Amino acid sequence: MVELSSPAQTGPSLWRRLRKLPLLPIVVLLTVFIIPAFFAEWIALHDPYVPNLRARLQPPVGFGGTWEYPLGTDRLGRDIYSRIVHGAWYVLAVSMIGIAVGVVIGTTLGLIAGYVRGWFDGLVMRLVDISLALPAMLLALALAAAIGASFLSVVIVVGFALWAYFARQVRAEVLLLRNADFVARSMVAGSSHTRILFRHILPNVTNTIVVLATLQVGIAIMLDASLSFLGIGIPRPTPTWGLLVSDGRDFIATDWWIAFFPGLAIMLTVLSVNMIGDWLRDTLDPRLRQV
Amino acid sequence: MLRYFLLRVSSSLFALLIITMIVFSLSQLSGSPVDALLPDDATQEQIDMFISEWGLDQPLWKQYVTFLGNAVQGDFGISLKWPGESAMGFVLDRMPATLKLGGLSILITVVIALPLGIAAAVYKGSMIDKFAQGFALMGQSMPNFWLGIVLIWVFSVWLGWLPTSGIGTFAHLILPAIAIAWFQISALARLTRSAMLEVLDAEYIKLARVKGVSEWAVVFKHALRNAAVVPLTYFGILAASILTGSVVIESVYSYPGMGWVAIEAIRGRDFPVVQAVIIAYAVIYMLSNLFVDLLYVVVNPRIRHG
Repeated sequence: MVELSSPAQTGPSLWRRLRKLPLLPIVVLLTVFIIPAFFAEWIALHDPYVPNLRARLQPPVGFGGTWEYPLGTDRLGRDIYSRIVHGAWYVLAVSMIGIAVGVVIGTTLGLIAGYVRGWFDGLVMRLVDISLALPAMLLALALAAAIGASFLSVVIVVGFALWAYFARQVRAEVLLLRNADFVARSMVAGSSHTRILFRHILPNVTNTIVVLATLQVGIAIMLDASLSFLGIGIPRPTPTWGLLVSDGRDFIATDWWIAFFPGLAIMLTVLSVNMIGDWLRDTLDPRLRQV
Repeated sequence: MLRYFLLRVSSSLFALLIITMIVFSLSQLSGSPVDALLPDDATQEQIDMFISEWGLDQPLWKQYVTFLGNAVQGDFGISLKWPGESAMGFVLDRMPATLKLGGLSILITVVIALPLGIAAAVYKGSMIDKFAQGFALMGQSMPNFWLGIVLIWVFSVWLGWLPTSGIGTFAHLILPAIAIAWFQISALARLTRSAMLEVLDAEYIKLARVKGVSEWAVVFKHALRNAAVVPLTYFGILAASILTGSVVIESVYSYPGMGWVAIEAIRGRDFPVVQAVIIAYAVIYMLSNLFVDLLYVVVNPRIRHG
């Protein structure tokens, strides 16, 4: 029988690790990403879409600008700060829904493949190999050319890029779990396969799924930002962060703030998400260090 | 070993086949291929010729076979945006530019990341280790297109050392190659560091030290050779990231390689070129993965004799 004492269950050390909560990244993430995403209407200073030609190309505070436009304005006079704040919601929505798609597909296939084994397992693992071997960018290009870029196409690309990692990891854990004592006992007690899978096995892989999903948030945000930068993400006029950087790329020599601040927002968000993900992995599931 | 290699080749071919299916079905998804592949002002005669040439009046599976047959010969039709060019020919023209850029990125990555990762592991906890870890964290969080723009800002606009965009001299390659390599450096340095740390902790390393082997020989002869397997597996992922990076970075620097062509073709709804560029990327990617598999066999005797 397989030993299943994961380090996560050992009492006092969990608390010791919890106390090492990465406070700075959490504060940064809330300020730059989460609060703007949910409260854009309240904290934005101006309308993110309406041009104001009298306020064109205002520099940011500290570089000759005023607090009226703290991060400056673009060449149509739109407030960069308000555009970043309004874009946060779309970045959050696309990455979360994309990851959710990846988690649901990957976990379901991984659970079943690891549990039933046989030809289905072989098929799923082959699909995992192919999916990992296909750079997501190729699918993004193909989708953009065929059906046009949209919220949906970005979600599909993110989900496609991530599902295989979940399927592979969940399957590997199910292979171990199905030989565990408590699963065998449950079988002897006459539990149905569905019950064993969802009541006994699934709860034991949730830590893994949560950690893996957190580690993927940065990848999802980065993918979304790259696609919108290339003009194959959520279409205009939605101010997604990649699009904001793209808007300023030709003006970097004179009006650097247009491209600089949205990029900084992406970087701070991904950086803090990655640090929180690392901490979560070390706390809940240190075995995933290799992933 | 031959069996292992044949297995890898066949699974690569299988993956390529899947890609052709995806590319083919996407041309169906976009509505009628006639709309997708012919310009709006095509005459009825042109449309009829196109339909019979590509067998669009045939059942779907036959159409796919025709498509596959043409694809194997590199025939994806004529470009719509760049008249007179065959789609694949146009992409192949741009391939050397992308390979040059990708090659330089890989070179920069390896030359910086490996020494950095090794030094960080050997001098664990030192300043260089802290620098490497900080760099890795930052590098993996920085969007490469933004870094590309910031590099232009600093080195082209501000300092005036390097050209802002375009192609021609070696100087044109430097900024885009750094922008692509940045993320890879942090990933590879991190991986090398953890692989080296693990090996340096092993019994045979302790034994070598006890035997009085010089520290230099311990690190470079005993440890590095065993740790090298892990970073090597990363090279497969490296190829994919460089490919993705080239699409984004070529667009930032208006560097006319395959990635730039891909984005321009999508903007111009030039479906034949999009199909050709996707297949070309996929082939490059599969080949580089096969190459990594071979290298892996050379380094890792467990597979060689397995």
